[in-house]
Amino acid sequence: MSAQRTVQAGLPPRPLRALAPPRHRPRTLRPGDVAEVAGAVAASGALVWFVYARLLPFSVHVVGIGLSWYALFLLTYALVAWDGHGRVVATDRIMGVVIATAALAAFTPIVAVIGYVVIKGAKVIRPGFFTDNLSVTGPLSAATEGGAVHSIIGTLEQLAIATMISVPLGVLTAIYLSEVKGRLTKPTRLVTDAMTALPSIVAGLFIYSLLILQFHWGFSGFAGSLALAVLMLPTVTIAAEQVLRVVPGGLREASLALGAPHWRTVLSVVLPTARAGLSTAVILGMARVVGETAPMLLTAFGTTTTNTNPFSGIQDDLPLFVFTQIRSSQNTQVQRAWAGALVLLTLVLILFMLARLIGGSRPGKKRRRPSRTPAHSRRVPRAGAGPTTPAPGPTPPDTGPTTKAGPS
Amino acid sequence: MPCGADMGGTVSGDTVTAVAEAEPARRRIESRLTAGDRVYRTLATAGAGATLVLIVLIGLFLLIKAMPALREAGWSFITTKEWSPDAEKPRFGVAAMMFGTLISATVAMAVTFPVSVSTAVFINEYAPRRLRRPLTSLIDLMAAIPSLIFAMWGLFVLVPFLLPLEQWAVDRFGWLPFMKAAAIGASLSNAGLVVSLMTIPIATSIIREVLSQVPRHECEGALALGATRWGMIRTVVLPFGRGGIIGGTMLGLGRALGETLAATLVLSLTFEIKPRVLENGGITVASALAVQFKDAQKMGLSALMAAGLALFVVTFAINLLAAFVVSRSRSGAGVDA
Repeated sequence: MSAQRTVQAGLPPRPLRALAPPRHRPRTLRPGDVAEVAGAVAASGALVWFVYARLLPFSVHVVGIGLSWYALFLLTYALVAWDGHGRVVATDRIMGVVIATAALAAFTPIVAVIGYVVIKGAKVIRPGFFTDNLSVTGPLSAATEGGAVHSIIGTLEQLAIATMISVPLGVLTAIYLSEVKGRLTKPTRLVTDAMTALPSIVAGLFIYSLLILQFHWGFSGFAGSLALAVLMLPTVTIAAEQVLRVVPGGLREASLALGAPHWRTVLSVVLPTARAGLSTAVILGMARVVGETAPMLLTAFGTTTTNTNPFSGIQDDLPLFVFTQIRSSQNTQVQRAWAGALVLLTLVLILFMLARLIGGSRPGKKRRRPSRTPAHSRRVPRAGAGPTTPAPGPTPPDTGPTTKAGPS
Repeated sequence: MPCGADMGGTVSGDTVTAVAEAEPARRRIESRLTAGDRVYRTLATAGAGATLVLIVLIGLFLLIKAMPALREAGWSFITTKEWSPDAEKPRFGVAAMMFGTLISATVAMAVTFPVSVSTAVFINEYAPRRLRRPLTSLIDLMAAIPSLIFAMWGLFVLVPFLLPLEQWAVDRFGWLPFMKAAAIGASLSNAGLVVSLMTIPIATSIIREVLSQVPRHECEGALALGATRWGMIRTVVLPFGRGGIIGGTMLGLGRALGETLAATLVLSLTFEIKPRVLENGGITVASALAVQFKDAQKMGLSALMAAGLALFVVTFAINLLAAFVVSRSRSGAGVDA
């Protein structure tokens, strides 16, 4: 230590850095670590190759080879790390590898699914897919014949009706949960949370028993949209409530302080502020239900002809189209199902992108985050102290003294 | 009055000016609702009430429509595995369906639990900061993809891919009673695997959200005391997120129980109780509803309603419990700041 001091006194600061021990940064990749991983991969790979290609008398499926390679790699890597760094570091390394592998296992299907649908669907899809229906297409027609215009019309109409029903209800519930906060808040929030995983077929069964068995309305696209609305409601409510909660409290208080009644505050301050987030909530709800198949089987029923009236007669939609085609034994129909799946997937992707775009950039970061924290923390003491403290943030400065003059 | 804190700010204009001019000690703070406010509150309350009523209605209507079947079958509804409600002498019950539902959901959860916890930890603790948002986005996107498409992909890609592996497992471990199988591919365990594709994003996004609220100073404290990254995760992150992990997995379980299409497309549907999870055959409640619905007569419909009611009760109970656990862990219970 003292030696270093003298060095420091005698020398300009730059050489000192060379003398100091290298800094350990937890997240940097050192060449030694990379070499250990690479070595373990190579060693286990060589061993697997040797055993399977040279020793075993029978051939093994490629999946089996991959799995044993992975197991051997873990073992080798553990031994290498244990030898070089001790047990604690070895556990850390192995768990790092295992966690990364599991994450890879979660991310692979999503890419694989999208890729597979695009490849299979693009082979079959033709402009006619958007102009024809299946009324004259037999099971032996080519996959490029016929189309899904009847299903696309059905999907759009049903989605629109479901949105028109569930959005007002969902937003009202969200307003209740975050602005009114009455006695029903707790049960409503709990039930809404639980409803997000309501089995979609049960929603269909409910609408079926209510409308078709009880009121004898018959199968229709409208019954389907009601089932979709039931499924959409919790998604819209939860997303909308989260958005409303992020609206800065200062804005609300400023509006109330100017003498606006509560409903004006909600209508002309809170809701407009949360406009972008609310749109995202709605679109996410739409994306959630657009691919629902099970409830539609029991409500819209499905058909091969075009029915533009959602209120009477059975109607098709894209999920039903894909479902009936994929379950048939004819290869051409299965191919047509993939084309339908591609259209459906595109619809979902468009909705998803739209939600992200409107929602103000990326997930995990709401646009108004920065102003939320101070407003929130300020609100806590203010609630008890009454309106004594000068109004924060957005309130014009000249109202400050007026309020301050009050009770103090 | 929980809103009293908010309404305290509503002070009518003249009171304020009056007090500002004539300085004296006391100011009366009024908090009253205008007529418009009353309408607004009633409307919002009605909206929230409608959501509550809806759930009650769902249960009630299914119960009413299920009554004839439940009366016909009595307690045997729970123990019978056959399904011939429209026969001369109706015999039907949910035993086979419930068994299949539970098995496929168990398989799905056995995959979902480790994968989603790992993925959540990976996104929060291992992934480079730059990648965190895109990865979260990817998980959200996965949650938005229709289950129909996952089920199709499972049927055409995942199951054929796993077939040799399952064949190997059956050949080697066939002496275990539950591993024996005559024909493989359209089994309950494969249906469960496909279901796990749909439950992983749901569980992951909830677990990730809860784990991201881990107090950073505790993590840094662990690291400063010399813990490795895994040591920090094991001693700080995972114990903190226990509620979220349990709740997220249970929400996934609720989804797995109600999943229709995976079983309908992948499974070869038969009404029997199959403890051999790798063998073809079996049925779940939701897939039975989807398949039996079109040919059901009067008693058949009522019996299907009863099965739907059973599914509704089970999933709703699980979801309610899960929502409760998650909301408790979100509110910061168990955090010693």
